[in-house]
Amino acid sequence: MLLKKIAIAGAATLLLCSTALPTFAKTFVYCSEASPEGFDPAPYTAGTTFDASAHPIFNRLVEFKKGTTEIEPGLAETWEVSADGLEYTFHLRKGVKWQSNDAFTPTRDFNADDVIFSYDRQGNKDNPWHEYIAGITYEYYTSMELPSLIKSIEKIDDNTVKFVLTRPEAPFLADIAMPFASIVSKEYADTLEKAGTKEDFNNNPIGTGPFKFVAYQKDAVIRYAKNPDYWGEAPKIDDLVFAITPDAAVRLQKLKAGECQLMPYPAPADIASIKEDANLKMDEQAGLNIGYLAYNTTMAPFDNPKVRKALNMAINKQAIIDAVFQGAGQVAKNPIPPTMWSYNDAVQDDAYDPEASKKLLEEAGVKDLSMKVWAMPVQRPYMPNARRTAELIQEDFAKVGVKVEIVSYEWGEYLKKSMEPGRDGAVILGWTGDNGDPDNFMGVLLSCAAAGEGGANRAFWCNEDFSALLAKAKQSSDVAERTKLYEEAQVIFKDQAPWATLDHSTQYVPMSAKVSGFVMSPLGDFTFDTVDVAE
Amino acid sequence: MSDTTSVKLSDAAIRRRMLADFWFYFRQNRGAVAGLAVFILLVLVAVLAPLIAPHDPTMQYRDALLVPPVWQEGGRAGFLLGTDAVGRDMLSRLIYGAQYSLFIGIVVVSIALVGGIVIGLVAGYFGGWVDSVIMRVMDVVLAFPSLLLALVLVAILGPGLTNAMIAIAIVYQPHFARLTRASVMGEMRRDYVMAARVSGAGNLRLMFRTILPNCLGPLIVQATLSFSSAVLDSAALGFLGMGAQPPASEWGTMLAEAREFILRAWWVVTLPGLAILISVLAINLMGDGLRDALDPKLKRS
Amino acid sequence: MIRFILGKLLYLIPTFLGITVVAFGFVRVLPGDPVLLMAGERGMTPERHAEVAAQLGFDKPIWMQYFDFLNRLLHGDLGNSLVTKKPVLTEFLSLFPATVELGLCAILIATLVGVPVGVLAAIRRGSWFDQISMTTALIGFSMPIFWWGLLLIILFSGILQWTPVSGRISLMYFFPSVTGFMLIDSLISGQKGAFLSAISHLILPSVVLATIPLAVIARQTRSAMLEVLGEDYVRTARAKGMPPSRVVGVHALRNAMIPVITTIGLQIGVLLAGAILTETIFSWPGIGKWMIDSISRRDYPVVQSGLLLIAAIVMLVNLLVDLTYGLINPRIRHK
Repeated sequence: MLLKKIAIAGAATLLLCSTALPTFAKTFVYCSEASPEGFDPAPYTAGTTFDASAHPIFNRLVEFKKGTTEIEPGLAETWEVSADGLEYTFHLRKGVKWQSNDAFTPTRDFNADDVIFSYDRQGNKDNPWHEYIAGITYEYYTSMELPSLIKSIEKIDDNTVKFVLTRPEAPFLADIAMPFASIVSKEYADTLEKAGTKEDFNNNPIGTGPFKFVAYQKDAVIRYAKNPDYWGEAPKIDDLVFAITPDAAVRLQKLKAGECQLMPYPAPADIASIKEDANLKMDEQAGLNIGYLAYNTTMAPFDNPKVRKALNMAINKQAIIDAVFQGAGQVAKNPIPPTMWSYNDAVQDDAYDPEASKKLLEEAGVKDLSMKVWAMPVQRPYMPNARRTAELIQEDFAKVGVKVEIVSYEWGEYLKKSMEPGRDGAVILGWTGDNGDPDNFMGVLLSCAAAGEGGANRAFWCNEDFSALLAKAKQSSDVAERTKLYEEAQVIFKDQAPWATLDHSTQYVPMSAKVSGFVMSPLGDFTFDTVDVAE
Repeated sequence: MSDTTSVKLSDAAIRRRMLADFWFYFRQNRGAVAGLAVFILLVLVAVLAPLIAPHDPTMQYRDALLVPPVWQEGGRAGFLLGTDAVGRDMLSRLIYGAQYSLFIGIVVVSIALVGGIVIGLVAGYFGGWVDSVIMRVMDVVLAFPSLLLALVLVAILGPGLTNAMIAIAIVYQPHFARLTRASVMGEMRRDYVMAARVSGAGNLRLMFRTILPNCLGPLIVQATLSFSSAVLDSAALGFLGMGAQPPASEWGTMLAEAREFILRAWWVVTLPGLAILISVLAINLMGDGLRDALDPKLKRS
Repeated sequence: MIRFILGKLLYLIPTFLGITVVAFGFVRVLPGDPVLLMAGERGMTPERHAEVAAQLGFDKPIWMQYFDFLNRLLHGDLGNSLVTKKPVLTEFLSLFPATVELGLCAILIATLVGVPVGVLAAIRRGSWFDQISMTTALIGFSMPIFWWGLLLIILFSGILQWTPVSGRISLMYFFPSVTGFMLIDSLISGQKGAFLSAISHLILPSVVLATIPLAVIARQTRSAMLEVLGEDYVRTARAKGMPPSRVVGVHALRNAMIPVITTIGLQIGVLLAGAILTETIFSWPGIGKWMIDSISRRDYPVVQSGLLLIAAIVMLVNLLVDLTYGLINPRIRHK
């Protein structure tokens, strides 16, 4: 009884508080899952950082069309590619205004100098802005191989820029639509350099995007305001707020309490309850990712495709989807996700069949096999709980007479040790696509080139035919031809089975029922320029 | 001949007498007796775990994910306290968890106690610069918050039960060292030490046979306190993902795994925590009783 | 007195040097490679790896790295975070007020509740109040606070919905951070309801963090009071017919406070350790959570300098406790 009274009193106070609030402009609160590393998109690699910097504040020359991985004009209105695929000429949009803040008022519009500065500072070690913060590096610029790919960038006039490449590269446009290639203001850089506050380039960003940066309180909240001079369609909300909330359960509670309107990465366990909640709705989409178990194909008996196939047949993948993903995923059969172009649906997966698996192992002459399975220590979008997955695989393998020891290391150590050529055991790992190009999966993860030291091919699998197909596809700019080549490559992959393809996780975005206009990105980006919220 | 036997007898009699004395005071503290009872129960559960646990603690019943306890709707008689996210029986896991907690407590306290005693004895016995250096090192260790230091140590050694225990023991060890040193310095001035020295006892003999037995009281109390802290801290490390690794049914680790179900399955969150609380409470109750029974000053008041 | 303080400070120098060695040494032996961590699943060529490592200064011999570290430390430079690339000191200062606010609020709760409960329990020794409060205190002392925090969240934020789930203040309020303390800033801002909102966000985490210190203080106060009440001068005062309230208030309480103040001071270390767990559970943007995140991200400079700063703070607080003790109890000063 007393409790009830207190509850009513409490509710009344809350009500009073909320009605006493001053009226605000239309505010949209996003419960983000981690703090941004900084606000200059170029030196960082985390998706959360890009959601907080590249997407709201900046633009690229070309952009991914909303909800797809197709390219559309951004700060470049049109472009031409030379017949040999080596020269890209971009015609820049005119009249694009830079944002302003207390320390900076732009005197000119966006132009070719900004484009050249944005790339040069990343690639050219002599650029005074290359290491404007001690220890800064440009990992994406390097890993997308732009240093060796871009021969020169020339200014034709204020509104025209020409990129000259060293080789034809089909995914080039997709590469430069990525967040790291955001265009920054040269004039702002010059102003800061004069004022001696270079680090503000990262703390207090200026861009051309739909939102202006207002304030960031570390690990707590980021605030943005609508950019009134935005060149594209004006955002429908006035204020954008990121409430940084690392814990998934807490995010959901905040969403339910109306403290925020949208959240990423709900815990798989909560999906069902979200679906039942009438005040919430949820978008879902197959994620652009793959979770896999990579055998060491250079070590016996795993150098025998038969053994690998037999083990693949022993894994009950559906059970993994059920127990680890709580259904929020789908069984994978190809190394690329089904939402990606060139996905070969004709490929047959190795069906779950312990008996056939046992037989195949016998045929291969493998008896009393014991092996290690590596489980990552961290949660990734493609694998919410590697440990649990490893435990399931352990049980599955036990049924076909294979003993499994589960090993794990600290994440940095895991990444390092799993790359060492003599690695003992099969590794659970995965990949999330950067730009939607199939080469960004197969080339990075399975090519011969990536099987060398420092590469990401953790099966150490080098198949000449497979790699030749990839190389051919990368040179061609004809999508139909590329599709055919990649489809062929997937057949070889399945036949040789360097991995057990485990899953593609489903991405869920729960939001308040009042939210409209949110579009999920296949790349996992969160953008809010088209979002609206009903009062 | 008869003389020696009578001496031996009286020795044993004195010891028996002391024990009876101790038990007399201990028994007066009802809380301590209750704590002792729970603790004995805990030990029994841990020892008999393979016999009394209804299921294998790591056996996954794939058709029984997150089944609620038996008294709740949807509960099953086969799983008295329900199951966790991969269909493991909660009751069995909790029972086996007792093994972990007791094991952790014993190992941590043993390492910390032995290490602390040796270091403290050396510092207190030799004094001078040896003492200064040792005590400065202890100061350094004590300057870091214990959990933070343990976390960094585990990060260095690698997450896992063994390393968590080592880390916690290292962090606790200065308390024992300081305590031993203080008692040793007090005892050193006593006549019986002088007498033993004059009669030609060596350093080692003096330290371990003559002085140490007289410093044990406060060490025992500190050991009980550390036992309960060790259970708590190792659970905290497990909760932060740095202690025992899944599928180990260590209570803190279970709690960490259960966190994502906080709103959906109360039993996977509530029960491991309750188990930690009850065992730590029991040990602390016992510790209070021990202190009262061993500390003559408090006995009188 | 000044000599006493100076002596104490001198005595701290070797300890502090020891702390720098430990902080530096720990971080160097941490397994895992921060450079590789930056590349993630993608991996990195050995050439690129060497290049980045050189840029971060990891290629120099260990002892040189240590002297670099000391040298920069003397100039007030604690290095830059590998993740955010920002100065560690800047990050620390922007997060520290949140931890201090939480810690102060917790110690306030612990003292304001713990001392009266302890005193009352001592005066009414053996009463039901004594038994219940001391049992509760022991339960509090045995509490796994990470679990306790989760329970409180389920109850107060989940089922009853009285308190917000996490954060320091409702996002509806936006004002410049003047002091970094949300309670003060919200008052300065003059925005209606802001202060209340800040309090409602602070209450659960502080209660959780206060739990163990509260139990310790209550128990300690009780036993200190009991001891004092048994002393001759209190008995004399009583025998002389002084009213019990005066006996307790004037004689007993004042003398019992000396050990209690020490206890409170010694809880600072406990609070900092507890802050790691509390901040993790409540997503409280303070240094405890920052340290945990940095350890798991192998952010060398942050872990190294963070350890150093935290240890320095613990040392200073202990020094202050020592000094206060010396002020209250002059006998110690002359020892």
